[in-house]
Amino acid sequence: MYTLGIDVGSSSSKAVILEDGKNIIAQAVIEIGTGSTGPERVLEEVFKDTNLTLDDMANVIATGYGRFNVVAAKGEVSEITCHAKGAVFECPGTTTILDIGGQDVKAIKLNTDGLVMQFAMNDKCAAGTGRFLDVMSKVLEIPMSEMGEWYFKSQHPAAVSSTCTVFAESEVISLLSKNIPKEDIVAGVHRSIASKASALVRRVGVGADLTMTGGGSRDPGVVDAISKELGVPVRVAAHPQAVGALGAALIAYEKVAKQK
Amino acid sequence: MSKIDELISKLQEVANHPKKTVLEYKKQGKGLVGIMPYYAPEEIVYAAGYLPVGLFGAQKPTISAARTYLPPFACSLMQADMELQLNGTYDCLDAVIFSVPCDTLRCMSQKWHGKAPVVVFTHPQNRKIQAAVDFLKAEYEHVRSELERILNVKITDMALQEAIKVYNENRQVMREFCDVAAQYPQIFTPVKRHDVIKARWFMDKAEHTKLVRELIDAVKAEKVQPWNGKKVILSGIMAEPDEFLDIFSEFNIAVVADDLAQESRQYRNDVPSGIDPLEQLAQWWQDFDGCPLAMNPDKPRGQMLIDMAKKYDADAVVICMMRFCDPEEFDYPIYKVEFEKAGLRYTVVDVDLESPSLEQIRTRIQAFSEIL
Repeated sequence: MYTLGIDVGSSSSKAVILEDGKNIIAQAVIEIGTGSTGPERVLEEVFKDTNLTLDDMANVIATGYGRFNVVAAKGEVSEITCHAKGAVFECPGTTTILDIGGQDVKAIKLNTDGLVMQFAMNDKCAAGTGRFLDVMSKVLEIPMSEMGEWYFKSQHPAAVSSTCTVFAESEVISLLSKNIPKEDIVAGVHRSIASKASALVRRVGVGADLTMTGGGSRDPGVVDAISKELGVPVRVAAHPQAVGALGAALIAYEKVAKQK
Repeated sequence: MSKIDELISKLQEVANHPKKTVLEYKKQGKGLVGIMPYYAPEEIVYAAGYLPVGLFGAQKPTISAARTYLPPFACSLMQADMELQLNGTYDCLDAVIFSVPCDTLRCMSQKWHGKAPVVVFTHPQNRKIQAAVDFLKAEYEHVRSELERILNVKITDMALQEAIKVYNENRQVMREFCDVAAQYPQIFTPVKRHDVIKARWFMDKAEHTKLVRELIDAVKAEKVQPWNGKKVILSGIMAEPDEFLDIFSEFNIAVVADDLAQESRQYRNDVPSGIDPLEQLAQWWQDFDGCPLAMNPDKPRGQMLIDMAKKYDADAVVICMMRFCDPEEFDYPIYKVEFEKAGLRYTVVDVDLESPSLEQIRTRIQAFSEIL
């Protein structure tokens, strides 16, 4: 039995096809999200190298910011529940999840059975989100994919203390104009993200087994800064961006299995 | 339209069109006195023969001129009230009573820009001693004499006792209504429940009591149906706009009780009987509990909510945290620990009248309903 999970976020669309609730058959990520062609394209992409079509799917569950607009979906589940499900599948034993998405940061506390006990999300603020990193990478003229390398070069991280993305951008520009080395500014940016995101984790309680998901966790600098800020080792899910979609596919499977 | 629908619709019309409602009273010769949040002695206004009108902001207001006078970190309720003063919405009022139990209100009371004269008074915060009653009685004497001067009326003790009676009847019927609404969530969606309660801010309380009484009687004749959704209690200052409450309906969640300053906190307890009406009104403030604007070092709110959850068989408490309301925010860490000890599930959602972030709230409420 095949099930499909689709996660339509604010800045990317993700899809996962799962076989019998165990094997990931295909996964796809398109770097544009809700309100765009992203959801359609991610469906094309995920089926592209398989012999499967939407008709072969026993169930389809959508999650993410755009979950209510996915025509193919037979149900919608919140991204909190999906990330929990997906993270436990990829990293068994996880008790705390930090998801850094394009627009949201979520901290999720699980019990030892993997059930969500508490969660916290960022408010109306991009601090600590992927968008923050995106804005800073543009100002610094460093591609997002290289930010991590620059972070590890830093000897004296600069302080980026503004909590607002717009003010922090001005702060970074000011640091650049003072000729502060870019690697130190990058480390300051990473520390700033870590400080905001860790505050959310502390709100739900820091567990010994922390897993990071979401696009933000693809940056090893962010992962290291969060690990140092919280004083615990951090695991990163194997498919960090697709964890929500994976969780949705798992829930889709469970729903069908339950009916049988 | 059934009797129940007709009555709810009447009350919703009031709640959704407060200005139209109160201007109708004015057309019929009844003056209007604004009641700023929170806990002003409406009975004194009622005894003056005027209609007390609740000034609980507006749903999704456009805030513009208010920014001149208030910092961005003033709560959206006060931002909305300031905007409505400045744009003339409150010019139909003959006077306004202003209590000052938080820092923002204290500043707001000195910056009133409406046309109506304002009567400011202070609630004592060291509430559980006799001096608190003596002090507040003196404050209420001031409110009475100022209203007599501004409105050119005489407010007698007899009229005050009559007003206390009318208000206590309304409080009792509202408590009964909340109990009945909890049994009939299929009839009282979160928005309908809220509107029935909200209407009391813009109606003569005796008329509101009569309508709600009729509604209760009509509803009680219906069979109680099983509820297959979740049940929650709302706690905080207020739970608006309506789209916010609609999210609960969307996920089949019933509001079975509330601890909101705009709603149940108003009629949680009655004004005690006695021979000195202003002292009785002051005593109400001493007896009242469970709101961070009414200081109590014993912090009973957490236990009150735990007991409420047991009484109404609620699955959880949803904290409707008014953004930038520091009294509410300071209470949170205290009752949070108590909830956790008692095994009571809870979540916090942001209340912002101006820009409510409904998508984020939808995700939070959906996720919360999935884990209950």
